Amino acid sequence: MTRKLLLTHIDVPGIESFDIYRQKGGYRSVEKALKTMSPEDVVEEVKKSGLRGRGGAGFPTGMKWGFLAKPEGVPRYLVCNGDESEPGTFKDRFLMTKIPHALIEGMIVSSYALGAEVSYIYVRGEMMPQIRILEKAIAEAKAAGFLGKNILNSGYDLEIYIQPGGGAYICGEETALLESLEGKRGNPRIKPPFPAVSGLYGCPTVVNNVESIAATVPIINDGGEEYAKIGIDRSTGTKLISASGNINRPGVYEIELGVSVEEFIYSEEYCGGIAGGKRLKALVAGGSSVPVLPANLALKTAKGELRLMTYESLADGGFVTGSSMGSGGFIVYDEDQCIVRNTLNFTRFYHHESCGQCSPCREGTGWMEKLLQRIEYGGANMADINLLWDIQKNIDGNTICPLGDASAWPVASAIRHFRDEFEWHILNPEESQNRNFGLAHYADPLVPVS
Amino acid sequence: MAEEGKFKVTIDGIPVEVAPGTTILNAARLIGGDIVPPAMCYYSKLEGSGGKCRTCLVKVSKGSEKDPRPMPKLVASCRTTVMDGMEVSNITSDEVLEARKGVVEMLLINHPLDCPVCDQAGECKLQDLSYEHGTEQTRFAFERRTFERVDIGDKIQLHMNRCILCYRCVYVADQLTTKREHGVLSRGDYSEIATFIEAALDNDFIGNVIDVCPVGALTDKTFRFKNRVWFTKPVDAHRDCPTCSGNVTLWYKGDDVLRVTGRKDEYNEVDEFICNTCRFDTKRTQDWILEAPTKVDNESVITANHYLNFNPPPVIKNSSELQAANEEQLARTERLK
Ligand SMILES: Cc1cc2nc3c(=O)[nH]c(=O)nc-3n(C[C@H](O)[C@H](O)[C@H](O)COP(=O)(O)O)c2cc1C
Ligand code: SF4
Ligand code: FES
Repeated sequence: MTRKLLLTHIDVPGIESFDIYRQKGGYRSVEKALKTMSPEDVVEEVKKSGLRGRGGAGFPTGMKWGFLAKPEGVPRYLVCNGDESEPGTFKDRFLMTKIPHALIEGMIVSSYALGAEVSYIYVRGEMMPQIRILEKAIAEAKAAGFLGKNILNSGYDLEIYIQPGGGAYICGEETALLESLEGKRGNPRIKPPFPAVSGLYGCPTVVNNVESIAATVPIINDGGEEYAKIGIDRSTGTKLISASGNINRPGVYEIELGVSVEEFIYSEEYCGGIAGGKRLKALVAGGSSVPVLPANLALKTAKGELRLMTYESLADGGFVTGSSMGSGGFIVYDEDQCIVRNTLNFTRFYHHESCGQCSPCREGTGWMEKLLQRIEYGGANMADINLLWDIQKNIDGNTICPLGDASAWPVASAIRHFRDEFEWHILNPEESQNRNFGLAHYADPLVPVS
Repeated sequence: MAEEGKFKVTIDGIPVEVAPGTTILNAARLIGGDIVPPAMCYYSKLEGSGGKCRTCLVKVSKGSEKDPRPMPKLVASCRTTVMDGMEVSNITSDEVLEARKGVVEMLLINHPLDCPVCDQAGECKLQDLSYEHGTEQTRFAFERRTFERVDIGDKIQLHMNRCILCYRCVYVADQLTTKREHGVLSRGDYSEIATFIEAALDNDFIGNVIDVCPVGALTDKTFRFKNRVWFTKPVDAHRDCPTCSGNVTLWYKGDDVLRVTGRKDEYNEVDEFICNTCRFDTKRTQDWILEAPTKVDNESVITANHYLNFNPPPVIKNSSELQAANEEQLARTERLK
């Protein structure tokens, strides 16, 4: 059995209430940190743990905390990013719904480490039930003396506020989130300055994902070194994976980093194999923003090694033959799924969610959607594939924030790996309305590269 | 080694020394000429502007003397500050030119290509940019996004079709007027510049949105279609104005002042913002003290009618419809030859 750190007590009835959570050992990390550790000690433990941000970019959390500017007389803020809107990713919502105190506990420990006396949890606007749940959890924690003035007689004060978003994916980008939190239009800021220097209301700010913050609880309880023992290389600890698509058991799983992709898809402990006994065609391993891989490259790297669920292994081969851990949105496609349609679906999303500030993303996402519509529904010609390739290339790397890149990568990888499926669509506009291209050779064993 | 307290940067092989905190773009402007990246959204007089259009992307091939690593991506030169020893390539980098071409293409896919019937033609930065970096043919085979024309107040008209969302007009309202009443609504390519319930924009300095707009999205209704800019003659003038500096450019046709604008530099930026009274309501020669004909770049289409032969833009040449629409102007041009 895999070790669980975040979801250990997930099935305990009433775990969403303060009392039961506390009975199960909740808030020990707050006691430990506030009574026996300095803020610097907490940062040090998080550095030792090797925890990497769970929001998508995988930036080491301890290092990010170390960058926080600490000018005299200026408040510092911790902002929790609960905007979770990436297609395929739904782990933060699960955590906030089922075990909200894990987030509140992590918020207290992390805020203490950063010296923040006011912290915010920015929650996607559509998640109204989760907002209510978190508000209740905050009230309970406050009543029990874990929030407010002079927490546990340590002299440390902290207030946590929830801010509902307006339901925009872009507000998950950390600087757009800060703009939105300040009550402005959620446009990403032009960096530098980075939030660590000038963030919320111009003050030094750390933005962390829900899961990253919750992970500080076991790190403080057991020590950073214990946490770092789980996993492989620079992928330490456990990670929540949102599994969806054509699998027998979709849902949120906590894995020890290092499980193989094959095991994750096929073992009964996790996804339980492809539904209906069909064959695997493709995999999006980390949410809609990461490159899609054909079955053969999903299970093994181009070098012929087993592909593992770690930051390094998923990225092995770069964007040519690899992908990325992203936010852990694991979408499985069986042999009957259409890659063109899926690419259109993702692209429609990015078009709809682009903030419109910078020209390549604003215009390019809409253009790609129109072309993909045509490829999917007829009327396209072969040159459209190359055009699509050019557009994504002109977006990639040239935009203000990574939403542009995120819109380009799924298109680039779909063309790179599934080009014959695009061509088949264009050459058979009528047939492609009635049947899918199918598995083709995408699951064939790879010819080993020497 | 740079002079005390200065940073040395090299742009396309040309060295220049600038104060720390200077952006690559402004360092390039100190050198001047072809190596200056085009800027569609940055406006030196508007705080926070820039970073959006991406036409000014450049390559930093050496980060600084201390950390010589190149920057991994192209950067917006208008928002990236220089470091000592930095090396930048603009027109000497194929990667930059390629990316810029891509950006210009993006800016044009939803922009109407009807320069001959647009009031901004001849002083439109997008027009210049597309001649320089654009492709001959559009690869965009879909219907363009369109909007209705809107009058915002009795002096300004907004034609969203032409807007490139540079946000300059938003910064003008934020920074020059007492209350901003317009902004960007909606997202992505549905975004539009709009006022709440089309509230009229009336504020002493709001007319400056016309001057900062790089395209023909915001135009002066008191001038609209009175004439093409290249048939008017700019003259610098001033008056004693209680509200602004009163330093303006008057645009003459014969003895009539057709419009009044701020005085613009070679980057199309005004030297000083002017008030609405000067711009809209002071159009008699006797109201002004004339100085001298405005210095205009020789290659500018504005000079065409006065200082050089006018060369109609290729768009006109290639379309019989547009030739018909501009019949009078073309005939006049012929006479001048
Ligand atoms: C378009 C876009 C959307 C994003 N959405 C989210 C999100 O919903 N939740 C999240 O935690 N991070 C999101 N991110 C990443 C954040 O910008 C930021 O990197 C992250 O919150 C940092 O937290 P971490 O270091 O704990 O991962 C998004 C990034 C982009 C570019
Ligand atoms: S209306 Fe003009 S100034 Fe305003 S954003 Fe659009 S292009 Fe820029
Ligand atoms: S001028 Fe630099 S991005 Fe627009």
